[in-house]
Amino acid sequence: MTQLALVIDLNVCVGCHACVTSCKEWNTSGAAGYMSDDRPYGEDPTGNFFNRVQTFEVGEFPNTETVHFPKSCLHCEDPPCVPVCPTGASYKRPEDGIVLVDYDKCIGCKYCAWACPYGVREIDEHQKVMKKCTLCVDRIYDATLPEAERKPACVMACPTSARLFGDVHDPNSAVSIAISENGGYALMPEWGTKPANHYLPRRKTRIRIHPDELVRADNPLKKEGVQPKPDFREPSLDDVTSW
Amino acid sequence: MNPAFSVIFLTTLIGTGQGLFLALYTAQAYSTVALLPAQPGSFYAVGSAIALALLIAGLIASFFHLGHPERAWRSAARWRTSWLSREVIVLPALMGAVAAYGLVHYYGWGLGLIGINTPVEGDLALVIGAGGVALAFLLFLCTGMIYACIKFLQEWATWLTVVNYTLFGLASGFLLATAYAAWRAPALMYFYGGWTVVATLAVLVTRVVSLIRNRRLKHKSTIQTAIGVRHARIVQKSQGFMGGSFNTRDFFHGVAPRLFRSIKWIFLVLVFPVPLALLFAGMIRNSPVLIAAAFVVQYLGLLAERWFFFAQANHPQNLYYQTIS
Repeated sequence: MTQLALVIDLNVCVGCHACVTSCKEWNTSGAAGYMSDDRPYGEDPTGNFFNRVQTFEVGEFPNTETVHFPKSCLHCEDPPCVPVCPTGASYKRPEDGIVLVDYDKCIGCKYCAWACPYGVREIDEHQKVMKKCTLCVDRIYDATLPEAERKPACVMACPTSARLFGDVHDPNSAVSIAISENGGYALMPEWGTKPANHYLPRRKTRIRIHPDELVRADNPLKKEGVQPKPDFREPSLDDVTSW
Repeated sequence: MNPAFSVIFLTTLIGTGQGLFLALYTAQAYSTVALLPAQPGSFYAVGSAIALALLIAGLIASFFHLGHPERAWRSAARWRTSWLSREVIVLPALMGAVAAYGLVHYYGWGLGLIGINTPVEGDLALVIGAGGVALAFLLFLCTGMIYACIKFLQEWATWLTVVNYTLFGLASGFLLATAYAAWRAPALMYFYGGWTVVATLAVLVTRVVSLIRNRRLKHKSTIQTAIGVRHARIVQKSQGFMGGSFNTRDFFHGVAPRLFRSIKWIFLVLVFPVPLALLFAGMIRNSPVLIAAAFVVQYLGLLAERWFFFAQANHPQNLYYQTIS
């Protein structure tokens, strides 16, 4: 059984919002129809996004780390939004595990948004239907695209390759290997929703310096302390300034 | 959560309608075994019409929280999994039963219509009404479970939600029945008034228990589980956008903490002591107006109670929306 998902490496994400804007661009002009943007330059801007990047500060000054945290629909394996939907508009595709909304069936009762602990469903105030990340289902199966581009728009856009896309049920896929090698985890495990999207944790990066690296092996003089520049009291080339 | 007034009206109006219908059926059942004086069919017919009107008003109110009311017929599709879908089926079924119950009383039909002769007065209405009673309790269960089944809304996810919905419906329905009886059938006034006091005191206990429970509640989700970072001190610096969104509007009640707390006391006063005092005064002075006033005050209190019920629920998604911009 296939379960497509995103794996997001928090160690790499720099919070540039490229995934947010490319998601918005692709989906607002794609099969899902436009995504509302009201008063984008006004006093109280609002709109639909399938993907948000939030920023958290962990620790106490001065020992803090900034965690940029992208979040879209996690395509839970046991999605709480699906059974509560009274019309069957919210559904999970058995063939690839993507959770989708059938806009033609949705009555806009918002019950699924209440039933999602992650807050990733947003109602479209203009079309009055519930919208959410589709994992770019219109893109990843598009046979007219080159094979390498059949990925969600956010994955294509990420400049640091913080986002991986693949089948988390296939133990040999890049995403499964990334999860198992880096201790990938799911959000809010306490509710048993089993999110398909995983996050790779921040890793401590320590500089390991070997003595060889301090003394250049190819320096014939072995005089690392001597700087290859003239004394600051000596006149410089133009005889005007000095070091 | 940000309470929608359509849902507040839906749940309180149908609760009162269900309670009123149960009150009518109780009186008929008691009078069948001669514990209460028998009432003419018109008493039950008009009472059923009032109950039906409340149920219809609730149904109309419910349409206002739908984005696409014209597709509402689709919402009966998932009765196997969705309590909302089950409510959508049970509510019209109860309306049908209440309408049939009223009609049978109005025309005085008996089981003789289908060739079964019994010596019991109103036998057909008793049979239809029994089905209606089952549907009314089923509807309380469905309405309560819509909220109680969302396990991470921990303020709602308790059997007390279903019990409170049922008892609030019974209390307001029996109070309305008391006012109706004071006007149309004074012999039933003390019977209904007595059950109103029982239901009101019962729901006072269960609602206070739920308030205490919610106060002591420890939320399972924290900012640590929400982003999966194990550190005691995590502060949100940006929620990724400026201004608002659906997430910032639909999951916060947006009321200052003091006003929020005062609404709790407002509903505790309006639902319990004031209507009970008016009810006693009305029964002593045999005044339908005072009892009707008790019902109106309690209904206003119920609106506040339902608002507070919705607003008090703390959705874990709010962990992701703590700081603007």
